[in-house]
Amino acid sequence: MENTPTPMTADAVLDREFLEMRAKILELAASFDRLDRGEGGINDDRRMELIREALKLLEDPNAGRAEKIQLLFSREYSGSWRNEFGI
Amino acid sequence: MYYIDPHIHMVSRVTDDYETLSKMGCTAMSEPAFWAGFDRGSAESFRDYFKQLTEVEPKRAAQYGIQHFTWLCINAKEADNVELSREVIAMIPEFLDCPNVLGIGEIGLNKNTKNEATIFLEHMELAIKYNQQILIHTPHLEDKFQGTKMILDMLTDDSRVDPSRVLVDHVEEHTVETVLENGFWAGMTLYPVSKCTPARAADIIEMYGPERLLANSAGDWGPSKPTAVPDLIFEMRRRGHSEDLIRQVVYENPIKFFSQSQNFNFVRPDGVPVPSIQ
Repeated sequence: MENTPTPMTADAVLDREFLEMRAKILELAASFDRLDRGEGGINDDRRMELIREALKLLEDPNAGRAEKIQLLFSREYSGSWRNEFGI
Repeated sequence: MYYIDPHIHMVSRVTDDYETLSKMGCTAMSEPAFWAGFDRGSAESFRDYFKQLTEVEPKRAAQYGIQHFTWLCINAKEADNVELSREVIAMIPEFLDCPNVLGIGEIGLNKNTKNEATIFLEHMELAIKYNQQILIHTPHLEDKFQGTKMILDMLTDDSRVDPSRVLVDHVEEHTVETVLENGFWAGMTLYPVSKCTPARAADIIEMYGPERLLANSAGDWGPSKPTAVPDLIFEMRRRGHSEDLIRQVVYENPIKFFSQSQNFNFVRPDGVPVPSIQ
């Protein structure tokens, strides 16, 4: 598999996507505020734990953040599933 | 730019969509059999559905200059009903000689259950017996990684399966590499909520190259956009990618993959037929 590098420079990507990224972060911030305003406790909810872990992955200095976040939200795979199913 | 949508569910779309797709450059499409949004009550219901896919939709598409191809199976969701699935699988050979049938699909897993895996293996046997290509549905969201790995286990454990004749659809960042590494074709589905966006699909093309990669809209009865492939074309142009690279992904790659099916009698818009290599 040979990759096809993006023709855009990092500067050009930032110019194009800065406002979009800012908007996405604001949406998340507003979601957290909305959760705070709602009645009831969600701190022990596994989904909130996943979201907090995903936010940490965004700050990972290494590439592959999208793949890592996908894996974080995935069920585990067991190589012995066929034995477990008996097929 | 001409393009082919290799995975779109036109039975769910209005005729106006055919007109729009034609105007956007869509010259051909392939429609895998899938879930109707409700569980069907009998195998006879599938017989009617297969007639719709092999008789009605090709005519509807042809009115707008689009060639319509299809794939037959019982989808992964209803495959949890083993008895019904076996009745449907027994009926499929009646339709395999229809001129627009490319193979068996979209088979796969939904919640990764024992029943779904059992029926997946029986679909595989059917495809092998009749020398059919296979188009595969991988599960959504949290089930995708596990389900894709299970599907690849079943395919690679059987030496009779030729990976170059199998398309594994709905790949995303965490599944595309293993699909391509095992020699299969990989389809990226551009879908608003689950699956992939045009920008992320362009990222995947940049990270893994265009070989054996396809892009589709899945346009179905859910929140989906039948013109999503042109959105990818637009995104790649905005990034400055060459027309040749874009054309390879959205036009030449589908032709290359589908040409392995004996029923892929595709005629390019300039009138040049593409012969099947089977």
